[in-house]
Amino acid sequence: MIQGFLILFGCQLVGELLVYLLAVPIPGSVVGMVLLLLLLMLLQEVPSGLRQVSEGLLKMLPLLLVPAGVGLMTHFQFLSQAWFELLISLFVSTLITMLLVALILKAFASPESDGEEKQ
Amino acid sequence: MMALWEHFQNFPVLWLVVTLIVFMLASWVNTKAGKSPFLHPVLVSLSIIIVVLELSDTDYPTYMQGGQFLHLLLGPAVVALAVPLYDNRSLIRRMLLPLLLGSACGAVVAAVSAVAIGYWFGLQNEILLTLAPKSVTSPIAIAIAEKIGGFPSLAAGLVLITGAMGCLIAPFVYRLLNIKDDSVKGFVLGVGAHAMGTAFAFEYGMLAGAFGGLAMGMTGAFTAFLLPVLISLSGL
Repeated sequence: MIQGFLILFGCQLVGELLVYLLAVPIPGSVVGMVLLLLLLMLLQEVPSGLRQVSEGLLKMLPLLLVPAGVGLMTHFQFLSQAWFELLISLFVSTLITMLLVALILKAFASPESDGEEKQ
Repeated sequence: MMALWEHFQNFPVLWLVVTLIVFMLASWVNTKAGKSPFLHPVLVSLSIIIVVLELSDTDYPTYMQGGQFLHLLLGPAVVALAVPLYDNRSLIRRMLLPLLLGSACGAVVAAVSAVAIGYWFGLQNEILLTLAPKSVTSPIAIAIAEKIGGFPSLAAGLVLITGAMGCLIAPFVYRLLNIKDDSVKGFVLGVGAHAMGTAFAFEYGMLAGAFGGLAMGMTGAFTAFLLPVLISLSGL
């Protein structure tokens, strides 16, 4: 457990340090995620303490998002002016993205995975 | 009585307890409602908590004295996303090219199209920077908005709305393009609608769900690394 927390916070710390030293606007936690992935590929296994902590954190991830979400209350004035523009932007952009990704994967992945799935 | 409340209001643990109780209630409501993406536990929780704060005349910084302890755990939770990615490494290796291309193009198009439409509507720069990470899983989107100069809590809200919309749009896209492959279905949901799309993808089966999670992690990482480049190119 403690070892798991140490690995996660350690990766985040190194990530934040790298981001600071390179002066790039990338979240330290995302760099930490990539570092942990490289580390796991070196180790060739997930230490049991790390798996326990990671699965616990990911299971309660929705709860962890709530405090940031409550911050919406500080944006009510803006939202009351621009809710329509925001909703249209989100809807059209999500539709375009999903269509494009579906087309790319259809062009590439289908022939191969069709063969595998119909075994 | 008033003085007692003003004192009590400043206990950080009070707002932790309120958040936990409301979240459990919201999860129960969501289960009763057949896991509808529009009654997502996070959406329901933050609505109830905002009402409670408004009624009790509590401001956001006071709430965050307790809320920050949950918020702090988002960092290690993002790092922990590496574990499911590692677990699916054989899947990634087998389909490396389409997965990389799909998530990279998806990340770029999601950000650029949202910002372009917002720009066309004449929204201000901080809002455009907040729109950019909207297809990315909330913990990463919040971190990105903090980094590039958007509004983190507005980003969290936009991400949730995008997730609900994505679950609604996906079946329409499958019908339009005649998509039957579960792995493609899951991946499309993960790129466009992050964790909410992934949860929805599990309804199609384990394979779709695994691909959804994969797409969510890869799109999140790509967006975090590509957005700073795109922003410096666009001059926002």
